[in-house]
Amino acid sequence: MRNLASIALACTLAGLCAAPALAQTSSADGIAQYRAMLADGNPAELFEAKGEDLWKTKRGPKNASLERCDLGKGPGVVKGAFVELPRYFADTGRMQDLESRLLSCMETLQGLDAKQIAATGFGRDEQKNLEGLVAWISAESRGLKFNLPQAHEQERRSYELGKRAFFFRGGPYDFSCASCHGEDGKRIRLQDLPNLTKNPGDGVGFAAWPAYRVSSGELWGMQRRLNDCFRQQRFPFPGYASDVTIALATYMGVNSKGAVSIAPSIKR
Amino acid sequence: MHSKHKKMLALAGGLTALALVGCASLPSSAELDAEAKALFKSSFREQGIAKMDRVEQDLAQQACSGEQPPDEATTKRIEAEQMATIKWPAGGQYLGDWREGEKLAQNGRGMTWTDPAGMPSGGNCYNCHQISKAEISFGTIGPSLYQYGKLRGVSDPAAPETAAIVQYTWGKIWNAKAYNACSGMPRFGHAGVLTEAQVRDIMALLLDPKSPVNAQ
Repeated sequence: MRNLASIALACTLAGLCAAPALAQTSSADGIAQYRAMLADGNPAELFEAKGEDLWKTKRGPKNASLERCDLGKGPGVVKGAFVELPRYFADTGRMQDLESRLLSCMETLQGLDAKQIAATGFGRDEQKNLEGLVAWISAESRGLKFNLPQAHEQERRSYELGKRAFFFRGGPYDFSCASCHGEDGKRIRLQDLPNLTKNPGDGVGFAAWPAYRVSSGELWGMQRRLNDCFRQQRFPFPGYASDVTIALATYMGVNSKGAVSIAPSIKR
Repeated sequence: MHSKHKKMLALAGGLTALALVGCASLPSSAELDAEAKALFKSSFREQGIAKMDRVEQDLAQQACSGEQPPDEATTKRIEAEQMATIKWPAGGQYLGDWREGEKLAQNGRGMTWTDPAGMPSGGNCYNCHQISKAEISFGTIGPSLYQYGKLRGVSDPAAPETAAIVQYTWGKIWNAKAYNACSGMPRFGHAGVLTEAQVRDIMALLLDPKSPVNAQ
């Protein structure tokens, strides 16, 4: 049964099957079915287990764990932290998303070099460890609703900057984030595009990342997702945990208020 | 939403002071615009063929970067300026080979920082448009182009009575902003994404009566 469905899907995805345009609905159904089967055994669990270990393991020049890391709800509080990020942190004096906050904790608590980690390519060295950490920390908020704080002036400013970044058109194709994610019910090829200018629904868009990517066997955090969006937008390279990425996450996160997080989810 | 709300309050005259108090902690909309622009410069770096000039906006990009479209005068100015950039085909040769056009329409590659310099780009057409009947994996950001020529009565693309639609189609592919200032479509010719020969082939896919777009 499983194999049959997989073959049918591979056929659809590769566009090799001769089928009339009317087959549109059934191929979309096929993909939905494929995703449901994948979600049955989400390999993100392996990353979650690794992340929990990493959180509790003494590492780095200071031989310390991350258990005193403050993700916004007090030192060591993990549950519920993810659905309130990005937020303003008084100790660093800046807006931080999960990944940027982890860099701060790895530096202050463990003595690791945050700058060097930010400059490391995705999926390598400490970036590999970050995959596990974001998987576990986001999983600790699974089923909770996004509720980013907007009380601090910096949080409202970040939202306003993120909105501007979202609509910023540039590059040889004149694309902005809104080119693909500004309207309801649009697709690129057969891929449905969430409208990120509002709450696109539970477990959709911002509420679906981090995610395990079947096609590459990797766990992608929001930073890597945004990075690949900008690549496809034909933009230059956004710095890891740079201000523009955090502002965009604030914009999408605030828009997603009330959406249930299913992270880490599973994606093709 | 927030800035719109602020503007409405400001218009109400007597309530201006209230608006200022209510938003005292946030900079003005113009200051935030400038800050966002600076954010782009500081947050990005060049990578491969994707240089920093890609976040320098021209008027069309800048004016179409808001939630609302630009005013009418700006819209007209953009469209006139973009119209003047259109390079019409050498020798009035508008159509190439629809088979090559179909390959280009399928090809979504090119111009990212992982693409090598000098690699020809694809047309990305199916990412956003339905085109031929056979390809069911098409996007919906742009309108369907299935039977594009047929629906417009093009039975002979070289006939004088079809000149207007043929020229419009060339212009639209070369620089979509000439006809719609904030069009979502890339300016394929103007931005150097596609060559003149490639545009000819895509023209043939859309307008040649023998192309599967019109024949099926």
